[in-house]
Amino acid sequence: MAVDFDLIVIGSGPGGYVAAIRASQLGLKTAIVERENLGGVCLNWGCIPTKALLKSGEVFEKLFHLGDYGLSAEKPAFDFAKVVERSRGVAKQLNGGVGFLMKKHKIEVIEGVARLEKGAPAPKVIIDIKAGGSRTVQATAVIVATGARAKTIPALGLVGDGDRVWTYRDAMTAKAMPKSLLVIGSGAIGIEFASFYRALGAEVTVIEAMDRILPVEDEEVSAAALKALQKRGLKFRVGAKVTGLAKSGTAVSLTLEAGGKSETLTAERAIVAVGIEANIEGLGLEALGVKIDRGHVVTDTHGGTAVAGLYAIGDVAGPPWLAHKASHEGIHCVEHIAGRDPVKLASPIPGCTYAQPQVASVGLTEQAARAEGRKVKIGRFPFRVNGKAIASGETEGFVKVLFDADTGALVGAHLIGEGVTEMIQGFVIAMTLEATEAELMATVFAHPTLSEAMHEATLDAYGMVLHI
Amino acid sequence: MTDILMPALSPTMEEGVLAKWSIKVGDKVAAGDVIAEIETDKATMEVEAVDEGVVTEILVPAGTEGVKVNSPIARLQTDGETARPVAAPTAPAPASPASPAPSAAPVAAPKPAAAGARIFASPLARRLAAQKGVDLAALKGTGPHGRIIAADIAAATPGPPRAAPPAAAAAPRQILSLEQMGIAPGSYDLVPLDGMRRTIARRLTDSFRDVPHFPLNIDLEIDRLLDARTRINGALEARKIKVSVNDLVIKAVAAALKVVPEANASFTPEGIALHHHADIAVAVAIDGGLITPILRAAEDRSLADIAVRMKDLAERARTRKLKPEEYQGGTFSISNLGMMGIRSFASILNEPQGCILSVGAGEKRPVVRGDQLAVATVMSVTLTCDHRVVDGAIGARFLAAFKGFIEDPVTLLA
Repeated sequence: MAVDFDLIVIGSGPGGYVAAIRASQLGLKTAIVERENLGGVCLNWGCIPTKALLKSGEVFEKLFHLGDYGLSAEKPAFDFAKVVERSRGVAKQLNGGVGFLMKKHKIEVIEGVARLEKGAPAPKVIIDIKAGGSRTVQATAVIVATGARAKTIPALGLVGDGDRVWTYRDAMTAKAMPKSLLVIGSGAIGIEFASFYRALGAEVTVIEAMDRILPVEDEEVSAAALKALQKRGLKFRVGAKVTGLAKSGTAVSLTLEAGGKSETLTAERAIVAVGIEANIEGLGLEALGVKIDRGHVVTDTHGGTAVAGLYAIGDVAGPPWLAHKASHEGIHCVEHIAGRDPVKLASPIPGCTYAQPQVASVGLTEQAARAEGRKVKIGRFPFRVNGKAIASGETEGFVKVLFDADTGALVGAHLIGEGVTEMIQGFVIAMTLEATEAELMATVFAHPTLSEAMHEATLDAYGMVLHI
Repeated sequence: MTDILMPALSPTMEEGVLAKWSIKVGDKVAAGDVIAEIETDKATMEVEAVDEGVVTEILVPAGTEGVKVNSPIARLQTDGETARPVAAPTAPAPASPASPAPSAAPVAAPKPAAAGARIFASPLARRLAAQKGVDLAALKGTGPHGRIIAADIAAATPGPPRAAPPAAAAAPRQILSLEQMGIAPGSYDLVPLDGMRRTIARRLTDSFRDVPHFPLNIDLEIDRLLDARTRINGALEARKIKVSVNDLVIKAVAAALKVVPEANASFTPEGIALHHHADIAVAVAIDGGLITPILRAAEDRSLADIAVRMKDLAERARTRKLKPEEYQGGTFSISNLGMMGIRSFASILNEPQGCILSVGAGEKRPVVRGDQLAVATVMSVTLTCDHRVVDGAIGARFLAAFKGFIEDPVTLLA
């Protein structure tokens, strides 16, 4: 069979569409298959629209602290429908942007649902076209970038119903503001929705099975986040196992077991945010002989699967389930396919949670370093003594850094507070460039900035902190 | 179009000086024509054309130093081609079937940093290298643009790099500049290092630092040797051959190595190599340094043969016309400073040889015979031994055998 494309990408999320653009830049004739919205979950139903919601919540909450700044306003209020509408508008704008990028790079967009069949040099792609009919295309290489969806636990009733029990998708397109909310799961998604709805005044309780919230973060950051969120009126149940969910016409009840005691919580709505499941079904992966492990496609360092010509990137290829990880893998995979030697430089993958306060981290937590038996030098610097933070009235949180005690390599950074999701990139660049404490100490940080806390934390790790 | 490449004149040659072109653009050359002269660390060699054609371009001007082996130095238009402008380097073929049209040329394969050039390495890589004792100059970086990253250090073996370019190997000795060491700028003239000087610096530094060496001294009475030499030269006069004391020393060394073959040896990590022949390397001082032409299988040669060959080798060494095989691969070295009045000295081993014999001047000295003082012509020699190969007892046995041959040269006939 003649080859129609050099590369077909299945899925147009931040992994898929970025891979397609890079392929086009490298001269590959490329097509992308999308079953729903260009841009995938990230910019239609995830990263971006939630940031729009959170901004509304953040601004609204600030209105209650105007007095701190010598300001006042009368009766702060919000129009929930307009808050959601703004968020949808932002998503729509970016969705259109991806369409433009596909056109600009001469990438053919095929709207439909793809499945794979045996073929050569890569599996054949058969697409049920959205507009009707079917189309079979053959490419030299195929990248599966189908992403993931919210995990459900049907046995416990933890399944979205679009009414009382929401998934992230329902939660960002709610028709009305809930008075009370149960959020099941305290990862980034759960905490962000909890933070948003609390900002608009909902009674929110977050339930976490692990013994602390944001369990992938450094313990100190988890503890600080808990304290800060509790101060905002959020309630938490940690180390709590959900044993059942019951719905009525007006409420949802959750039974929990924590410390041998049972408890029932009732609220108007519940959000299920217990994790992510890869979209591996319906593609015909098993029949092709693709290796699947714990629900993910098994890949090599270039995204290659066990099947010739077939690659997988992003969420479908395993954690961490992050848009930037998917894009990075997509570019690497395409460069490998195009015969390039992708740059051998392992950038660590940062993670950000856009709650109030923000949390951002990269590299090893103190606990992980300890578990590895690695000797580390740890430095901390609180924003409460940072000039810019004080001037802004945003003094919550701190910067914590970890250096390898033997080599001085920066091995981890954990931040909580205003603006840290932007600051983290400084540490990611430093780690990618294999900086040691010496370079960070010798770097000039602009004054006055929150980023000065990055410098001070580094100095603190070596007993040279200036402003404490 | 055919590229003429910088030839390797010896297996170890990495770069050389393109001393002179014998051709110019437009010249027709035939296979075997001399086209250039190339200077290596030890010799000047003529380069002959391999192909026939017309010279279209000289890529490396005469006098260029540090020309890497196998780099193109000139371009030849061979038969059946029409002249065309200089072509850009041809784009490499796509590395994968799924790569129809890479839009830019791939990044060139990383190479170790040239001597003295800035070494691109990440801060962590630099620190790890310092901690592990890895020489960055000897590494190929695998990061962006060949930058050395931490993973490259993890993969590198610590310790003195074997493959380091000469200047890099000598680098630890040059941490401080002359200025830093208190010598005023302008108070001296700087003679640039040529290939030979660099090689001497590198090889002897490596040898003196890395080989556990020790000297053994012995005095030899050579009156009978001088007497024999006079008679031999008388007999050879008709053939216009003159045997020197040094030739006799070579002969005696070869004979002694036959008696004590353990002294004709080289250390290798796999074991001790016992050489089948006494290939004697004889140090010859030349302008700008020294070189050690080799008298192969000296144990089987007559004195007349040794004398004739040494004369030829020494002459060609002074004009730098030795072929690499004529100065590489000896098994035992002799350095003779006797004619310069040096009484006794200890040379640095010439790796991989296990021994080097330093020969001093023959001079009349008082000697004790029985209880009487007497006068004899005495020559002091020192054997420097690689202790990994030649222990004190082996060296002593060799010197005893050597002394026997020198003091009673008739036994060389045995």
